Amino acid sequence: MANAILDIQHLKREFKMGSETVRALRGVSFNVQPGEFVTIMGSSGSGKTTLLNILGCLDKPTDGDYLLDAVNVKHLSRNELARLRNRKIGFVFQSYNLLARTSALENVELPLLYNSGISSRERREKAMKALEAVKLADRIDHLPNQLSGGQQQRVAIARALVNEPVMILADEATGNLDTRTSYEIMSLMQELNTQQGKTIVFVTHEPDIAAFSSRTVTLKDGHVIKDSKNENIKSAKEALESLPVNDDY
Amino acid sequence: MNVFNLFRIAWKALVRNKLRAFLTMLGIIIGVASVITMVAIGEGSKQSIRDQLSGMGSNMINIRPSSNVTVGGGARLGASGLQTLKVEDVDAIKEKVNFITAVSPGFQASGQVINGALNWPTTIQGVSPDYLPVIREWKIKDGLNFTEEDVKTMAKVCVIGQTIVENVFTSGQNPIGQTIRFGKIPLKVIGVLAEKGENTFGQDQDDIIIAPYTTVQKRILAVPFVQTIYASAVNEQSSDTATKEITAVLRKQHKLKASDEDDFSIRTQAELISTISSTSELLTVLLAAIAGISLVVGGIGIMNIMYVSVTERTKEIGLRMSIGARGIDILLQFLVEAILISITGGIIGVALGIGAAELVNVFMQWPILISNSSIILSFMVCAITGVFFGYYPAQKAARLDPIEALRYE
Repeated sequence: MANAILDIQHLKREFKMGSETVRALRGVSFNVQPGEFVTIMGSSGSGKTTLLNILGCLDKPTDGDYLLDAVNVKHLSRNELARLRNRKIGFVFQSYNLLARTSALENVELPLLYNSGISSRERREKAMKALEAVKLADRIDHLPNQLSGGQQQRVAIARALVNEPVMILADEATGNLDTRTSYEIMSLMQELNTQQGKTIVFVTHEPDIAAFSSRTVTLKDGHVIKDSKNENIKSAKEALESLPVNDDY
Repeated sequence: MNVFNLFRIAWKALVRNKLRAFLTMLGIIIGVASVITMVAIGEGSKQSIRDQLSGMGSNMINIRPSSNVTVGGGARLGASGLQTLKVEDVDAIKEKVNFITAVSPGFQASGQVINGALNWPTTIQGVSPDYLPVIREWKIKDGLNFTEEDVKTMAKVCVIGQTIVENVFTSGQNPIGQTIRFGKIPLKVIGVLAEKGENTFGQDQDDIIIAPYTTVQKRILAVPFVQTIYASAVNEQSSDTATKEITAVLRKQHKLKASDEDDFSIRTQAELISTISSTSELLTVLLAAIAGISLVVGGIGIMNIMYVSVTERTKEIGLRMSIGARGIDILLQFLVEAILISITGGIIGVALGIGAAELVNVFMQWPILISNSSIILSFMVCAITGVFFGYYPAQKAARLDPIEALRYE
């Protein structure tokens, strides 16, 4: 599996809490191929947050190997990890994490500011392209508080796309959204995955969200208990159309 | 990350919170403005004292008799009764001292000046022709100065100050060529001095009559001794050397033994200037110190706000780190924010300080002097304040753990 985007082997992560040692991950192994849409499921305490932090290069494993795009993160310094996050990973968070009082365009440009190889013109062009990809080209000057939750999350996705990362890492990205908007976001994710070939790793605890992905890895107590290909991928677009029309008001 | 991006990021972060940025700046603005204004006032008063003293002739050296003679039970005689200086001493100084440009004996007498029905109490000063143009650097507005020939002939001529003109001549009357009386001696007015105003001590400098010293010595006072010797050093710096030379000449002239005290005392204008300027120097330092303290308080204000800002923006810091900001990027961002606050505050403060100083000048008539050095200095202090007080909060931000920062609520 030389060209796997993500390859983890016997990953362990332990935390020292006073005199006790909490073993959040007890030997996790799997890999993700380019173009896959993987959901990582698990209840709270299953270790999925710890795994996410390691996958996102925010944390390093206590033991085991993690190869991101054939780079072993084990020996990297804090600064090298930051560079890796900047170039290879696009984060999408549950609470969007957009900068307040900053336009959508500037929010999307943000990761590029930390990449000195990119000129301001290039930065603008790339940010525009990313916003077009999430269908928000007409909202570039809007501030986060002028956008709905779904739109804010789409700006966040554009921000994750702008650096052309090898992988989009989403953390409960639909957790704050209602069903309709969640489906919209999942529909966008599927589109990015199938039409643009983006590799997506999506952490969630909602089984109906997992149904939209091509593969589900389930964690429990720091172990992978299930790793299955989804033979019957649900289309988020169809799910969206099948929702009753909202006529409450 | 390049410098331009850095400033861009920091600037945007500040603009996002305009009111807070301004309030933080306020401390620096007040600090810098007060430094500029206070120093301008202090320097201004120093300069004006210096100017006034220089107006009296900054190279002037005064030699007065003093007593080494004790009479009776050890009581010393006052200078007015002393007769140790003579016209020969003046000639000796003129001949032997190198570092002076001019020397003149001085005879002073008080009395009433009379012109027809008008009279006025004043002082007459008997000096040599060099006294006005060289020693006092005092210009004659109308008419002429007297000459060496007038000195030789004890000519009954005089040059008068503006106050005399105002008091003993009716308006419109040209004093030149008129004869006035000082006591019983008639003197022909041959020149009128340019107006000088009051000196530092509030004395009216224009209330004076200048005449050849022989005229005053022999016709009015009828004394053999010289009251004062005026000399002018080549420049302000050489007045010390000139003083030493004069001392040596006079001691030899008076045949004093090595163990004897001087029977004269020498005062230089430079000495006086430095005494008085050192007083106002102290004032300037005091004012600057007070202002400096407010600048430090302003700096602490920046530090305080930056700490609050780091805590408040923990989540933003976490986000920036997760999308690829290194610790140094975060550190520099907060540092540049602090520096931008302090420098922007500094610019506003300098403008405000200059404005306030000008207002003081216009409305209170106080002399001011805005020196470039005080502007440059307070500006540098600002930048240093920004770096110094911004560093610790910035370092705190840079050391945050991205995972915890992201989860921070």
